[in-house]
Parts: sequence; C-alpha cells; structure tokens
Amino acid sequence: MSHLLDRLNFLQSRETDQFSNGHGQVTRENRDWEETYRNRWRHDKVVRSTHGVNCTGSCSWKIYVKSGIVTWETQQTDYPRTRADLPNHEPRGCARGASYSWYLYSANRVKNPLVRGRLMKAWRKLRETMEPIEAWTTLQADPILRASYVETRGKGGFVRATWDEATEITAAANAYTAKTYGPDRVFGFSPIPAMSMVSYAAGSRYLSLMGGVCMSFYDWYCDLPPASPMTWGEQTDVPESADWYNSGYLLLWGSNVPQTRTPDAHFYTEARYKGTRSAVICPDYSEAAKFGDVWLNAKQGTDAALAMAFGHVILREFHLDRQAEYFEDYTRKYSDFPMLVRLDEKNGKLVPGRFLRADDLDGKLGEDNNPEWKTVAFDEVSQALVAPNGSVGYRWGEDGEWNLEEKANAVETKLKMSFVLEEDHDAILGVDFPYFGGEAFGQFKTDADHPDILTRNIPVKKIQTAEGEIAVATVFDLFCANYGLDRGLGGDWVTSDYANDMPGTPAWAEKITGVPADKIIHVARGFADNAEKTNGKSMIIIGAAMNHWFHMDMNYRGVINMLVMCGCVGQSGGGWAHYVGQEKLRPQTGWQPLAFALDWNRPPRHMNSTSAWYAHTDQWRYETLKADEILSPTAPEGDWDISLIDYNIRAERMGWLPSAPQLKTNPLEVAKAAKAAGKEIPAYVAETLKSGDLEMSCEDPDNPANWPRNLFVWRSNLLGSSGKGHEYFLKHLLGTDHGVMGKDLGQDGGQLPKEAKWHDQAPRGKLDLLVTIDFRMSTTCVYSDIVLPTASWYEKDDMNTSDMHPFIHPLQAAVDPAYESKSDWEIFKAIARKFQEIAPGYLGKETDIVALPILHDTPAEIAQDQVKDWKKGECDLIPGRTAPAFLAVERDYTAIYDRFTALGPMLDKLGNGGKGITWNTQDEIDNLSALNGVQLEGAAAGRPRIETAIDACEVILMLAPETNGNVAVKAWEALEKATGRDHAHLAEGEHGNKIRFHDIAAQPRKIISSPTWSGIESEKVSYNAGYTNVHELIPWRTLTGRQQLYQDHLWMRAFGEGFMSYRPPVDLKTITATVQDAGDDLVLNFITPHQKWGIHSTYTDNLLMLTLNRGGPVIWISETDARSAGIVDNDWVELYNTNGALTARAVVSQRIKDGTTFMYHAQEKIVNTPGSEKTGHRGGIHNSVTRAVLKPTHMIGGYAQQSYGFNYYGTVGANRDEFVVVRKMRHVDWLDREKSWDASAQEAAE
Amino acid sequence: MHNFLFGLYPYIALSVLIIGSIARYERDPFTWKSSSSQLLRRKQLVVGSILFHVGVLVIFFGHLIGLLTPIWLFDALGIGHGTKQVLAVVAGGIAGVMALVGGGMLMHRRWTDPRIRRTSSFADNAILALLLAQLVLGLGTIFVSLQHLDGHEMTTFMAWALGIVTFQSGAADHIAGAALIFKLHIFLGLTIFLVFPFTRLVHILSGFSAPIRYLLRPGYQIVRTRRQKPLAASDTPKSTPAE
Repeated sequence: MSHLLDRLNFLQSRETDQFSNGHGQVTRENRDWEETYRNRWRHDKVVRSTHGVNCTGSCSWKIYVKSGIVTWETQQTDYPRTRADLPNHEPRGCARGASYSWYLYSANRVKNPLVRGRLMKAWRKLRETMEPIEAWTTLQADPILRASYVETRGKGGFVRATWDEATEITAAANAYTAKTYGPDRVFGFSPIPAMSMVSYAAGSRYLSLMGGVCMSFYDWYCDLPPASPMTWGEQTDVPESADWYNSGYLLLWGSNVPQTRTPDAHFYTEARYKGTRSAVICPDYSEAAKFGDVWLNAKQGTDAALAMAFGHVILREFHLDRQAEYFEDYTRKYSDFPMLVRLDEKNGKLVPGRFLRADDLDGKLGEDNNPEWKTVAFDEVSQALVAPNGSVGYRWGEDGEWNLEEKANAVETKLKMSFVLEEDHDAILGVDFPYFGGEAFGQFKTDADHPDILTRNIPVKKIQTAEGEIAVATVFDLFCANYGLDRGLGGDWVTSDYANDMPGTPAWAEKITGVPADKIIHVARGFADNAEKTNGKSMIIIGAAMNHWFHMDMNYRGVINMLVMCGCVGQSGGGWAHYVGQEKLRPQTGWQPLAFALDWNRPPRHMNSTSAWYAHTDQWRYETLKADEILSPTAPEGDWDISLIDYNIRAERMGWLPSAPQLKTNPLEVAKAAKAAGKEIPAYVAETLKSGDLEMSCEDPDNPANWPRNLFVWRSNLLGSSGKGHEYFLKHLLGTDHGVMGKDLGQDGGQLPKEAKWHDQAPRGKLDLLVTIDFRMSTTCVYSDIVLPTASWYEKDDMNTSDMHPFIHPLQAAVDPAYESKSDWEIFKAIARKFQEIAPGYLGKETDIVALPILHDTPAEIAQDQVKDWKKGECDLIPGRTAPAFLAVERDYTAIYDRFTALGPMLDKLGNGGKGITWNTQDEIDNLSALNGVQLEGAAAGRPRIETAIDACEVILMLAPETNGNVAVKAWEALEKATGRDHAHLAEGEHGNKIRFHDIAAQPRKIISSPTWSGIESEKVSYNAGYTNVHELIPWRTLTGRQQLYQDHLWMRAFGEGFMSYRPPVDLKTITATVQDAGDDLVLNFITPHQKWGIHSTYTDNLLMLTLNRGGPVIWISETDARSAGIVDNDWVELYNTNGALTARAVVSQRIKDGTTFMYHAQEKIVNTPGSEKTGHRGGIHNSVTRAVLKPTHMIGGYAQQSYGFNYYGTVGANRDEFVVVRKMRHVDWLDREKSWDASAQEAAE
Repeated sequence: MHNFLFGLYPYIALSVLIIGSIARYERDPFTWKSSSSQLLRRKQLVVGSILFHVGVLVIFFGHLIGLLTPIWLFDALGIGHGTKQVLAVVAGGIAGVMALVGGGMLMHRRWTDPRIRRTSSFADNAILALLLAQLVLGLGTIFVSLQHLDGHEMTTFMAWALGIVTFQSGAADHIAGAALIFKLHIFLGLTIFLVFPFTRLVHILSGFSAPIRYLLRPGYQIVRTRRQKPLAASDTPKSTPAE
C-alpha cells in the first residue's frame, strides 16, 4: 500500500518459511513494484506485419499497440513447419527490424504533404486565376519561374500543403506532360514488388492506365546477374534457405550470410553442426569467414580466375582423367555440352562461331518449324546428326516436343559429348580463344605474360552444309580447351600440370588471386567429390558482390560452370544460391494484371532503368570506357568502334531493349496522324521511321522533346541509395548543386558518339516535377518538389514474399496512418481521382502508341537469328521482328480513377498467364465479383471492385497459381501442352486450396507449386531452382533448351564472352591529373557491400541503429593503407574522383585487404555528414564517386533467352571497378551557416 | 525575523524534508536516484566525485557529531572546547577544501560538457550551486573562528542545535550574537534541507534502503509469497513445498 511502510518491516517476525534444508526461503515482502514491469510490457493488441524494405529476410513480426500507439515489435514464431529432419524457419528477425517502430513517431517522419516553397508560391498565385492544367502550362512556359524551384532542389524550403493541392499539382503536371510531350515522359521508379506488392501496384497501375513508364530496378541495382538469363533463360531462381541444410558442401562466395541474411544464417550454422563442409571466399575477413573450414581471401575482382582454376581441377579429375558417371550423365541431358558449334574462319584461323542449326543442313533434319532455332548434336545411337528435343525452336509453333527427353523426332538418342577419340574426329584443328588477363592494370597486374589470343587444338568433325563443308566441335571439347586442359591432342596453351602458369591452372590463378594453388585444388576436389557422392548436393551461396563488377558475367558464369559440371543445379541441397534483394514475387502472375493494368490495356510501358538513367542523367557524356577496350581480339568483322550509348541506341532500334521516351513526337499525335493518313499504326510508324519523319527518342536524349518530365519515386530512395552517378543525377536530371568534377567528352576532346546526337551545351534540370512518396525524409525526399507522406509498414495492408522462404504473409495496419499520411494505394487513388477530375476537356479518349521490344517467353523471342540493323539498310523495318512492335493502346483519360478501382474486362477476353503460358481465368474473375463486390457506377460499372488495399490483395491471391490451387492446376495443364508431358500431378489435390488475405493474417502460408517457378513446394523437397527442369524434364527457356554454357550471339562472340574467362576489372580512368590534388597519394578500389546497421538506406538514420555503429557514414580501410595516408581510426576522411566526392569517418581495420576501401552502401547524407572540401557541398553518398557504365552484351535482344524482359535482361549498373583518392580531411565543415544564394560559386566550380 | 529564521525556519525546513521525501518515495519511487551522468562522460567524474563525496561526508558527520552531541558529554570526556574547535577547524577545513575542489570539478564538468549540460535539470544545477556556496560559506567561517579559539562560540551553536531538536522555545536566542557569516551558513544549510526532497540529494537516503540484508539472508533460493489471497482455501498451495 505504501512503499515506505512496506519497507519498515523491521519488527516483522524474522521467522521465515524455509525449505530445502534452509537453502530456500519464502519472503513476504510487498510485491507491488512488480506491477511496474508488468505494465511496461502490457499492451492492447498484437497485429501481424512485416518490414517492406527489400530485405530477403521477409520476417513476420508481432506489432504491439498500446493506447493507439505502436510501442514495439517482436518476432513471430508461427511459421508453418518444414518437415521431419529439417530445422524450422522460426524465429526470423534481426536488430534492424526490431528498431523499426522508432520511425513511426520520429522527427524524421514525413507528416504532411510538402511542396517546394517557391513552387507552391507560384502555383497558388497562378491558381487564383487559372484552372490547374492551365496553371501548370503557364508555370512551365516561364523559364524564370521554372528555374526558381528547379535550382533550389536539395536546399530545403519545403512548405506544408494540403492533400488536395499536392495531388492537384501532380495530376496537372501529368496531364500537361501527356498532352504536350507524350505520356511516356512520365516516369515512375519503384523497386522490388515482393516487399509490398500492393503499394508497388498502386503506382504502376496508375502509370500504366495513363501510359507512363515503369522503370526497372533489379538490373539497375546490379543485383540481376545477366549470367542467369544467359544460362537458364530465367531471371533468378534460387533455393530457399532451408535447403542449405540439405547440402553436403556449402561454398560461400562473396556472401556475408550472418551479416546480410541474418534471419537465415541459423540454417548455415545448423548445416555445419550436421557435418556439411564449407569454404568461404571473400577478400575481407568477414563475419562469414569464421564459419568455413577454409577461408580463401581472393583479391577483389579476380573471382573469375579462381572459378576457372576450380573448373580446371574439376574437369581434369572428374570429367577427363576419370569420368564421374553422374556428372557425365547430367551434363549430357541438362547442359549444352553435346551441342555442336560451327568453327568460323577469321584471318585464316578458326574461332568458335554459332551453334549449328537444323537450318544449316541439307533437308533441315526434317524440321519445318523454326529449323534456324533448333540446335544440332551428334547421336551415338544412330551415328548421325539430330536436332534434340527441347531447343527453343520446339517451344513455339508446335506442341509436345519441347521437353528434355533424350529424343529427337520421337526417336531415342544418346548425344555425344566429345570427339576426342581417334575414331570420332575428322581432324584436330587449332581454334583461337581470347585471353584478357593481359589487360589488367594497376594492382590487378601480374608478372605473367600471355598473348591475347590462345590457339588450342580441338577435335572436329567435318560436315556438309548448304554452304559447303564446315568444321564443327562439341561445346564440351571447346569448353575443356577454354579451361586450358591438355587432352593429348598436342598444341599450345593446354597443360596437365596444375603447377604450370598457364591460363586456367591453379598456379595461374594463384598469381592473380593470391589464393595458394594447393587451397584451390583442395576446395575444387572437396566440392566436386561431395557432388559426385551425393548426386549434386554441393551449393554455392553468392551475394551480389561479384555481380557488381563490370565483367560480372565472367564471375557468375565461372560459378555456374562449376555447378553444371558437377550436376548440382536442380538438385535439393545443391545449386546456385544467389541472394540479393527481395526479388521473389511469388504470386507474380496474379499480381501483374493488377500492377500493370493488364485488365484494361496492354502492353504496359516498361523501361530498363540502367540505360534510361545513363542517357537521361547524361552519364554517357562523360564516358571513359571505349568499346575497343573491351572488344575481343577474336571479334568477327564489324562496325564495333562506336560508343557505349551507340550500342544502346542500336539495341533500342532493333527492338532489343525498350525505350523511354519512345518516339520524339508525342505518340498521341502520331496516332492521330496515322489516322489522318488512313493507315494502320504499325505500318505508319515503320514508314515514317524509315523516311526519317519520325525519330526514336533514344537518338537524341538531350533534346527537350525527349526529356523525362515527371518522375514518381515511391518505396524507394533513388537518390540516396541506388543512384549510380549520384552527382550526374543532381547536375543534369535535377539541375541543382552537384559535385561532378570531370569534363564531358566535348570539353575533353574525346571521341563523340556516332549515333547519339551531341549538344555542346548539356541540359540542366530536365525534370519538371519530382514527386517522392515516403514515410521518412530520405535523401530523395530532400531533392523532390513534392513529398507525400505515406503509411509506414505498421499502418497499411499489403503482402510480402521472399526467395529465402516459401511463405506469403501480410503487412497490416496495426494503427491508422499517423499524422496526415495515407497508404500508397490511397495516395495513387487520390492522384487518379484528381486526374479524372481535371482531365476532361483537355484529354479524352486517346489512342496511344506503345513501342514494345521483342520479349522473352513470347513467340517473338525467336525474331533475329542474325544481327541486322534496318537503319543501315541491312534489312527492312518489320515492327516486332527487326524493330520494336508499335501497338495501339486505347486510353480513357476521363476514367483513370474508375478503371483504377475496378478489375477491367481484358482478362475475360485474353485470360492470364506468364512465362510463355496462358490459361482462362473466368472462374477467378467471377469469384472476385462475388468476394469484392462490383462497381455500381462509373466507367467500370459491373466490374469487380478494387477499392481498398485488401481488395487489391484479394485480386492477387485469387489470380495467382501460387495462392489459388485451381489456377495452379490450370497453369500446369497449360504447360503440359507445350512439353507433351504430365505435370499436373505437382498440384494434385490443390484444386480447392485458396489462400485469402485473412488466412495469411492468421499465419504465414506456404505457396502452391506453380510452373511460373522452377522449384516446387512439397513434403519431400525444399524449394530449389531448376528442380522441375531436372525432374520434370521441362526445358530451360534458352536457345538450346538446356543450361547453356556457350553463348553464340554475334555480340557475345565479338566481346569475347562466348565462353567464360577471366576478365580483370576495367580502367574507368576517373582519377585524372586535374582532379587529384598534390600529396593525395592513396588511391583505393571502392567497394560498396551491404551493411549490418541498415537495409539499404533504411535504418541508417534510425537512432537505435546509429547508436550501434559510429552514428553516421563510415568507410573501412586497412591498417597499412591508413598509416600511409596518416589516417587513424575515426578520423574524418574524404574520398573523391572525377565523379564527385564524399565524406565519412574512417574505420581502420585488419579485416580489410590492402588496396581496397569498403563503404557500406546507402549510408545517407542526411545524418552527421559534413561538407566536402573538394566540392564545397554536403558530403555525398557512396554513389557520389560512381558512374554507371553499360556493357553491350547486356543489350542483346530478339535471341531466345537473350531477349528483353522487365528486370530479366538488360544493362546493369555495375560500380565495383571504381577507384577513389582517400585523404584525411583538413577541415571539417558542417555547412551550418546561412546559405548564400550565389550562383557564381557554382559556375566557378565548373 | 531572527526568531523566524533560526527558530521557526528549521522546523519548516525539516518538515518539508521529511514529508517531502516520504511523498516522493511514495509517489515517484523511480525518480529516487542519484541520476549519475557517468555514462555520458567519465572524465573528471571519478576524481571530482570522490573528492567531493569524501569531503562532504566528513563534513556531514562532523556537523552531526559536533552539533548534536550534548555538551556535557564532551565535558565528561574531558575534551576542551578549544580543542574541539581546533579539531573542527582542521578536519572541517581539509574536508571542506576537498569537497570544494571536487565540487568545482563536477560543476565545471556539468556546465561545460554539452551532453551533460543538455541533460541537466534546473534542480541538478541549482543544488550543485547551493552546495558549493555552502562550502564556501563554511570555509569562510574558519577565518572568523580563528579569531577566538576559546571554543565558546561553538558551544552556542551546539546549544542552538540541541535546542531545536529538543523542541525548546527560544533556541534561536543562543545564536543571536553570532557573526553574520555563521548565520548565512546556517540559513543556507536549512535551505538545503528544504529543497532536499526535490533534488537528487534524495540518494543520500538510499543508504537506508540499500539491500544490505541480502547479505544476511539465509537461503539462496528465494520464493515470493503469493500476492493475493487465493479464492478458495482448497486452492491454497502449501507455502512450504513438501520435502
């Protein structure tokens, strides 16, 4: 009752109850104080939600609410079980997620709609007399008014606005842009739908209804490994983390599992306890390194050399000296090893050319359908050439033979892998292979001296073709030669001695990577030996680290080669475990119609971001890498001497890559002109493009007609995180203060592009309006014109999936959105409503023309077996075949909102599908009408409602095979038609299984097996990529239908990447004499791995996480390097090159390899970041010293698996080849003075 | 006025001290703490705090014994008033200087370290200032005392203090003729008693509730009794588990 009186118990009896012979005692003290602690943890309710943060963890959390306030969160523990003998998933979570609730009520929360002050002032003034669109038109027409807010981006000055005003400006800008320049000048960037799929769909649905552009992200982030589509025709498919436990050998390669896959790391530990062997490869002593039996600290950027040496040992010991039966059998069935490659003559010497096709042979092997797309092998049974089942030619235009049965023309075959035996080959011929190791510069140089062309002896068969006699060889024979293996055929550049320093051997790799040869041999043997004994249960876990180098494909293909050689892909416990972002959108095919408004109009506008940002932020104007620096010495004759942007322009022109904007003339106007001319749209566009009356936008990115005008950024921090070439974004796209210190090609006297039009004066401030939607004031928000406050992850309903586990689970509104925030779904609804309100009279029902590149997984993907450019007169312009398709799309700008909130009729007509198969989905639409109800009025009357975010979730869940058993069965049946095999058994009994939103609110649910993915969910195996290819004999979606280790496209061969080889990092030449100050002698390779204190930029401004590290941006540096520059731990340092500069504190650590500096990616410049002495502007982020550089081989299209797909193929934003000057800061300036509005300082800096 | 300040004010101050402390202990037990800023900055704290606390404790017990021990006890023990005064001046002087130096360091630290400055309340600053002022005044009395070493004046303070604690009217008269500096010292001392419950000084009393008895507790497995009376007698578990 009273604390004091309770204390005054001196007079109480000392007699106490005792027990356990007096060792125990019962006390009679007052226990009221316990109530305090009990109250501390008492709460009103617990709601299930998660963190939509592009973290593969995808952990389900309990959100605690007390008095209407979210107070804390703890990990959910109720994941469905795995199965006997396999550890369960729970508990999942980490310190980052546990700190999230801090954000909800923090000072960094965006609480109201914010508009840049000067814009708001001008807008309110104009709106006194004008209608919204008129006001925006006037504002844009006045260069002084426009510049007044454009130039202040990133310099503060926001004022509060109402939702009505903010959405009105946005809608007016969108309408004006669509009418004036074309709807494809409205861009939207939002990444990783899997992290909150409805929030993504909200913006993309709005954009797709109005004709705007959805920008890709996976490629831009450089998480997309192009090696995956090249090899498998699959964007990325990987095992769930539970499958690590089934592995016998885990090779961790550049993946820091405990740090970046924290909630899954327990499977690694458990696997180690089980007895799984493990080797860890990474240049630094990472947290993962201590898990391994052995740690190989290869020099950064030389992984391909290591992979080659591993492959050399594996081939020697398991394929040549002794043939492991399982490996041989696997590679014959599931790889392109037996396929035949034509050997072309170049300057009197032979180089590997195209795959031999049925079309090359007299009689075309009896194949009438797509003979030019059916690859050929030699059959041991019939001793004749055959076109085996499964190649892409069988996929389109016919049914039943697109499978991996060992058959050709319905006859059993056994394909021959090698002509090495005397009786099998007709000759031994020298074939040239490029060698790039000699191009290494700086710290990558070795003392070895090998020529750039290595001629090796190959056993060949001579065959008659329509063109006469040619020599062919199997992929396997060429492959072994490429690894430098001596097979007793004589000749140079092959060896049987590991200690011989010859490209491919362990001794050679030791010189490049620094890893001792004996360790290389040991790991290679261990890896392959385990795979042989377990039928492929050796796994390689990789992060994006290796994929961020310019020559990432070599690293990745080196790894993939090892896995295929050892038969690991498609086997539980084995294979390629590439974990980057949260890209696994499990119910993808259910989500797509909602997200891209495919229920109303098709196709949507998709753009590959890397090419778009490269062009629109004018990074191409500063390009330092020339094509001839990366061209192969064995390249076929061709016009290769063009700039990287020229390659991209050709790719867009030939329909390989998408474009945004697409045509220089407003497509709405082009459609009108076509109508006026009385012509079909494709024909009209083709005609005017040929005549030159119409131009593609890509040819002149700096022309104001071709600028992106409006940009939405939501669920993303483009400028604070992924924006490679950050300072170029600021300079050219935004037109504000920037830190670019290099000169462009015009000023520098460099070689100007041939295809891209050069303007001497580069544009500044291309964007009219930047709208960012976020819950926290990120770097992107700081640079925006309008910031809209969105609901946090505990304040909205949405869904979440990951590749690390097979569950789908929700985000839920534990509390209503705080302050004035709204969910993304409601925000875009509000913008759509405003658009519909103001558009009539200005825009009505319009015909839009969408340029569609040749897409993977469509019949068009076999469009171009030869590279021909219509503009150069090499072929005619045939839309959809030699150029993009030009498709008319009817838009109703007066019904954007009505369409947004209802499921349109197109699904009824065209059905649903994905990855090349379609099915009727009428049942599901009827179900949705019943479940969600139908719209009663408006342009979408009678259609199923999608009013709330939960309605939207229901649409996804209903349409997706992964969450609706009925659809799964239909999908498998659709696939059966193509393969001619029985697959529906995989979804047997699932007909009635339908997962609804309230099901996942109760407990995370395991998804249903679907043909959209190559793994299955069952009681027998964990989810593992390639499983159905191997076990169901479904072909990989490649040219050969197999795992394709040889890439025969002309551009692949030209750039020397037909086969995998070691290519050293490229020299980007960003440290010039002009930029480097005297005395700044420390130059380091700039590496940006993922961190421990944040997930990308989120949590890096969270006080709880800041407290656990240094409280602001840091870089890591080795002790030796630090000493050489007089840097001690915690010093402020500055890093710079021509791209810009950044400031951070130094963490001096033994962990780091000399010659490198780590800056964990996406530490923003909004917390504890001083000004740069070099640029005079605040700090900079990690991307201030980077610039995107494109690689031509990623632009290839119209060629089976090398065809475009959104986030599937395309250029990627590599950034690891960058070097920086590191110096101690002399003067730490916080720039906390009043800003002087002096433009001359900015000009002087240039 | 004199009677109010030295006759009544002591009772007001002591009442506030006692009632205020009890009220705070009852109402806000979690604020009953020393509010150490050691986590924010260790520098200056260790030396400053030890000097200050040792000094202050010596002074505190010196005053307690010096003022409240009945005069006849000193006489009976044969300690002369002069001797006592010299003892008080020497011991008090040394302890006073220690406390002053330590307190000065603490104040410098509190007022110059930006983080501690930001986390300090008005009471934190005020009590430190009061204590330092009191130390200065206390040390100042030494100079007055040294002018007459017969110890007489000291006996008047003892008489006053004993008079106050034994509720004798007219206690204030004992010190009517004391030097001003003594009066100021006494007044400020009483004021410190007055503000005691509103400051971090309450941690002094924590000594009484320190868990010393844990050391004497017989068992090492402690079981608390149930908080509420069970509903039915049949549900009552045995308070002593069966052996």
